[in-house]
Amino acid sequence: MASLGLGEALEGDQDFMDQYSRGNPSAPWIKRVRWGRGIALFLAAVYFIVPFYAAMQFCLQNVNGGFSLAAFKEVGEAPGFYSALWLSTQLAIATMAIVLLLMVPTMIYVHLRLPRFRRVMEVITILPIVIPPIVLIVGVDGVAPLWLKSSQYLLAVVYVVLAMPYVYRSLDAGLGALDLKTLVEAARSLGSGWVSIIWRVLIPNMRSALLSASVLTLALVFGEFTIASLDGWTTIPVWIYLTPTTNPRINTLVAMMALFGTCVVLGLVVSLDRSRRNSRRS
Amino acid sequence: MDTQVPTTSSVSGSTPQTGAPVVLENLTRRFGTTKALDGFTLHIEPGEFVALLGPSGCGKTTALRVLAGFERPDIGKVVVDGQDVVHIPAQKRDMGMVFQSYSLFPNMSARDNVAFGLQLRHQRGTQRRTRAEELLALVGLAEHSAKYPHQLSGGQQQRVALARALAIEPRVLLLDEPLSALDAKVRAELRDQIRALQQRLMITTVFVTHDQEEALSMADRVCVMSRGRAEQIATPAELYSKPSTEFVAQFVGISSRVGVVRTGDTVSLFGRDVTIRGAAPEGAQSLDALLRPEDVDVVVNPTGLGIITHKSFLGATTRLEVGIGGAAVKADILSSGADVFELGTRVDLVANARDVLVSAPRPAT
Repeated sequence: MASLGLGEALEGDQDFMDQYSRGNPSAPWIKRVRWGRGIALFLAAVYFIVPFYAAMQFCLQNVNGGFSLAAFKEVGEAPGFYSALWLSTQLAIATMAIVLLLMVPTMIYVHLRLPRFRRVMEVITILPIVIPPIVLIVGVDGVAPLWLKSSQYLLAVVYVVLAMPYVYRSLDAGLGALDLKTLVEAARSLGSGWVSIIWRVLIPNMRSALLSASVLTLALVFGEFTIASLDGWTTIPVWIYLTPTTNPRINTLVAMMALFGTCVVLGLVVSLDRSRRNSRRS
Repeated sequence: MDTQVPTTSSVSGSTPQTGAPVVLENLTRRFGTTKALDGFTLHIEPGEFVALLGPSGCGKTTALRVLAGFERPDIGKVVVDGQDVVHIPAQKRDMGMVFQSYSLFPNMSARDNVAFGLQLRHQRGTQRRTRAEELLALVGLAEHSAKYPHQLSGGQQQRVALARALAIEPRVLLLDEPLSALDAKVRAELRDQIRALQQRLMITTVFVTHDQEEALSMADRVCVMSRGRAEQIATPAELYSKPSTEFVAQFVGISSRVGVVRTGDTVSLFGRDVTIRGAAPEGAQSLDALLRPEDVDVVVNPTGLGIITHKSFLGATTRLEVGIGGAAVKADILSSGADVFELGTRVDLVANARDVLVSAPRPAT
């Protein structure tokens, strides 16, 4: 894949810097760039880490101001937590499956046969961002068949629409990095049908794009409140809001756990992808 | 880069194949208002190596893509081994193809790329791997079988692509400008290797190129195309020495146009009568002769009518351009005797061709 991880980009940058500074040891601008980069990274880190740290400290301190893991136990014992977690997990899996099954063949088709339609697709996929969630759920409720209305998977259908802008952009970048036409024609000339082409040739070469689309979808499902709430389903965000508790630290901890869980999945995905790439290189 | 021509031992297990006859009959293909193919017809013998040669937009790639099954002709037939394959999809035509751009699957090693087509044909794992290794040895890449495409050079990638195309034992091998992305040295080496392989395996091969040197050096026959039609289909030697049309004469090799006067079946060329080759425009007395650089000799003469305007060293030969009577005539001489010809030297030209192709004179611009 042509996409480059942030780490690699920075490593490459470092190589260039090292090489340049060896040839030109007194180059003061390099020092300035390094300082500038350090400050920018530090400010970004402060912006993200301080609220996270404050929230975690709030969750994990006991009444005496010391450290305690009691909040975790309370989360486990809180009524409805596991069912909300299971519902959100089911919805995340269903949404990822539907959106990828729908978008991957569509995007391949558009890239191969209707390249001019990409602009239209881009506009269409932006619509879920500008349409208010209440309009979306009311609209879908109006046309959905009864069996779907009574199922939690109605939410997955709506989440597919919400995830489209992110999934479209991830897949578009992934497909744009491939010489799609040549790969498809090469596979066809060797006797491969379309299912085999997508499964054996294209999907393995779009792995990064598919992973980023999946992680973004996962984050969206685990963070979406309005639609789930309006449709009357207790997903994790709705549970956080609804759960009556005398200890607000539990709610905060669950939110932090959802955030942390998404970060862990993202980290795993990136490191797995990198280790596969490194093993291929070696 | 390892570029050895395969040895007999390296092809053990690769039995010579017999190619299929191919007939492209009256193919027409339009893209909007553009006619990419306009009644194109070509008959290819089994095991023959045919090059489609022509400028950009002449329809050569479209013809190849129609044969491969990636395009469907509006009119016409594609007959392979006696069977009309127009309605058969590309994946069922059994044609191996090597593309201009590197087409290896990036997620697979060289061996897996070669084995891909065999896997689709349900060959067993060990048999498949052995066959892939054999084919990689055939193209001189046995040691690189575990490497991924990004670890291979451009020339190596194209050789893996060739091995992959050969692995499925295709009825026809299609080569769509496979050398055009390579540097000159690798291109020359791979050119020889492809030709050697084709002759060894006797696969019917269609090779698309815009490079006349490639076409003339590799193919049994060359089909020169222009505006979707075959201008001339002939052996390289015939094409070069006896172009049937002005377009072919201009496109293949280097031609100079010189105004001449016709007398019956001959024209007067630099004071010598030379027979007209082929048909000449009816009735016209003033014509243009189309001359190859080797059709004229250059002689130094301080009172000569020609004057040397350009001089290019080409290695064994040196190309001179002589301005004479408003025409610019190119002539090749041996470099060992080129010292006497400096820019501005007065010279005479002497025609040494037995016959010459003529055309109607170009209107003055």
